[in-house]
Amino acid sequence: MELYVEILASTIRYTVPLILACIAGLWSERSGIVDIGLEGKMLIAAFVAASGAAVYGSAWIGLGLAILTSVGFALIHGYAAINQRGNQVVSGVAINMLAAGLAVVLGNEWFREGGRTPALPPEGRFLPLEIPGISALADVPGLGAVVKIFFSHSILTYVAFILVPVTAWALSRTRFGLRLRAVGENPHAVDTAGISVARLRYMAVIIAGVLCGIAGTFISISLSSSFVRDITAGTGFMALAALIFANWRAWPALGACLLFGFLQASGTFLQGKHLLGVEIPVQFINMLPYLMTVVLLAGFIGKSIPPRASGLPYIKDR
Amino acid sequence: MIRKLLATAALTAMMAASAFAADDKPAIVFDIGGKFDKSFNESMYNGSEKFKAESGTAYGEFEIANEAQREQAIRNFADQGYSPIIAAGFAQASALEKVAKEYPDLKFAIVDMVVELPNVQSIVFKEQEGSYLVGMMAAMASKSGKVGFVGGMDIPLIRRFGCGYVQGVKAAKADATVFQNMTGDTGAAWNDPVKGGEITKGQMAQGADVVYAAAGATGLGVLQAAADGGALSIGVDANQNYLHPGKVLTSMLKRVDVAVYNVMKSGKDGTFKPGILELGLAEDGVGYAVDEHNKALVTAEMAAAVEKAKADIIAGTVKVHDYMSDNKCPVE
Repeated sequence: MELYVEILASTIRYTVPLILACIAGLWSERSGIVDIGLEGKMLIAAFVAASGAAVYGSAWIGLGLAILTSVGFALIHGYAAINQRGNQVVSGVAINMLAAGLAVVLGNEWFREGGRTPALPPEGRFLPLEIPGISALADVPGLGAVVKIFFSHSILTYVAFILVPVTAWALSRTRFGLRLRAVGENPHAVDTAGISVARLRYMAVIIAGVLCGIAGTFISISLSSSFVRDITAGTGFMALAALIFANWRAWPALGACLLFGFLQASGTFLQGKHLLGVEIPVQFINMLPYLMTVVLLAGFIGKSIPPRASGLPYIKDR
Repeated sequence: MIRKLLATAALTAMMAASAFAADDKPAIVFDIGGKFDKSFNESMYNGSEKFKAESGTAYGEFEIANEAQREQAIRNFADQGYSPIIAAGFAQASALEKVAKEYPDLKFAIVDMVVELPNVQSIVFKEQEGSYLVGMMAAMASKSGKVGFVGGMDIPLIRRFGCGYVQGVKAAKADATVFQNMTGDTGAAWNDPVKGGEITKGQMAQGADVVYAAAGATGLGVLQAAADGGALSIGVDANQNYLHPGKVLTSMLKRVDVAVYNVMKSGKDGTFKPGILELGLAEDGVGYAVDEHNKALVTAEMAAAVEKAKADIIAGTVKVHDYMSDNKCPVE
C-alpha cells in the first residue's frame, strides 16, 4: 500500500519538470519557434541554481539566477531564429550542446569537484512545504495517503501545476495569447494587422526561458541537493514528446506529462517486481513514452498537427 | 606551401615527443565521472598524487569526456612511451586490450576488469567481501528488519556488490528483507542522483531504514534521500561518511588508491608483474570505514561482529559467494 502511495507521490515529482518544460515548449512553439533547446536551458538553469544556492546560501537567489541564465539562453535562440532567420532546430541543438559543456567546465573551474556543485544545506534547497492544517493530517488513516501524494511537495510543484490553467486561459482568452497563437499560424496576417511578429515571438521565447529556469531549479535544488553532469537526463526531450502527444494544448499537456511521469515513477519502483508470475520488464516501461509518441506521429492513435508556421522564419516581404 | 610547413611542423612535433619519451613515467586514464567524483576516480587520483609526492615522478593523466576518447587517450600515452599506463574502470577494457597488443614493450594495468595479455596487470577486488561486512552492519543497525541496495548500471560487477551485501545481511539477521534496485542499463545510470533518490524513497516507503548505494554519482542522491527521510545510508568506494555526518552508517572501502599507488611504484622500481591481482579483505583491498562522522552509529556489538566476520573470511571459515563466478546469487 505504502509503495503505491509512494509511486503516485513520485509521479507528481517526476511530472513537475516535465510539465514546466512542456508548457515552455508550448508557448514557444505556439508562436512559431520550434524549441529543441528545452533540455539545454533546463540543464544550465539546474547548474546555475545549484551554484547560486551554494555560493549565496539561498534557494531563492539560486532560482533568480537560474531564470536569468535560462532567459539569456532563450534570447540567443530567439536572436538566431527571429532576427537571423536561422534554422531553429540547429540553434536548439547548439543550445543543448553549449549548456552541457559550459555547465561542466564552469563547475569544474569554480568548485573543483569534477563538474559537480557542492552539496547544499537545507536553506539552499526548496524542501517540501509544511502547509498549516494539511500537513498535520498526514497520520490520519486514508487522508494521510492523499496528503502524501498531493501535499508533500515543494513550492515549485504548486507553481508548476497552477501554470497549466493559467496558460490555457492566457492562450485562449487574452488578447496577447490569441495574437501569439496567430503568429504561430499565420504571421503575415498578424503583420498586416500592424502587430510586430518579432516582438510577440520574443515574448514567447522569454516565457519559455523563465519556465525552463524554474524546471532546472526544481531538478537540481529541490529533487537533488547538487548539480551533476547531465542531471536533467533527457527530461526536455520527454517534454517535447509530451507536447506533440498533447497536440500543442495546455490541458492535454498536463495529462501527457502526468502519464509520462507515472511511467517514469513506476519504471523506477516496479523493477524486479512480478505481475502474474512474470517479471515486469523495466526497459519496456521506460521506453513507453517515446514509443507512444512515435505511434502517435505515425497516425495510429489520432493525429498531431503542429502550429502551421512553426519552424518557419518570418520574412516580411513575401 | 602552407600545407608543407604545417606538415613539417607536425613532424617536428612528433619527433620532439618521441625524443622526450617519458621513460617509465606512469600515466592514468580516469573514467567518465572525472577525478573529483568523491568516489572511485577520486580515490585513484589520491593514490597517484601520493606516488608523485613520494617519488617525485610526475605522471600523465587524462580525464575522458566521452566513450570515444578512451582508446585515443590510452594510445596517446603509449605513443609517448609512458609506462605503466593505468586504465581506470571496467569500461576501458576493450580499448586497453587493443592498445596493449600494439605496444608489447610497454606495461599496462586495468582496474576492475581482467585483460589477459602478457604485458597487462589486471587488478580486481573482492567487493563481495567488503559488501558482506557492511551488509552485517546494515542488518544490525536496522530497526525494521528491512534494508535496501541501490546499484548503478546493471552489470555483473554491481550484482557482485549486491550479492555480498545480501549474504552479510542474512548472516546477521536471517529473516531480514533486502530490496534491490538497479538505476539503469546504460552508463547514464552512474550519474542520475534524481532517480537514485526516487528509488531510495521507494525503498524507504516499503520500510527500509538502511540503504547501501553502489552507484557512482547516483549514490549521492541515495545518501541525500536517506538523510532527508531519516534513514541511514552506506557509501561506497571512497569514505563517504563525511557527506552527511551522523547519517551515513559506514562506507564500503575499495582501496583503488593503494592499487594505483602500487602499480606506479612497481613500474618505477622494476617489480611490475603482469597477471591477475585479486584484492580482498586479507590484502586490505576492501574494508569498511569508521571515523569521527559515524563513530556514534557503530555500536560495540556491531564492531565486534564485523571484526569477527572479517577474521573468519580471511581465515577461510566463512566463504562469501562471488556473483561473477557463476552469475547467480544463492540468497535474495
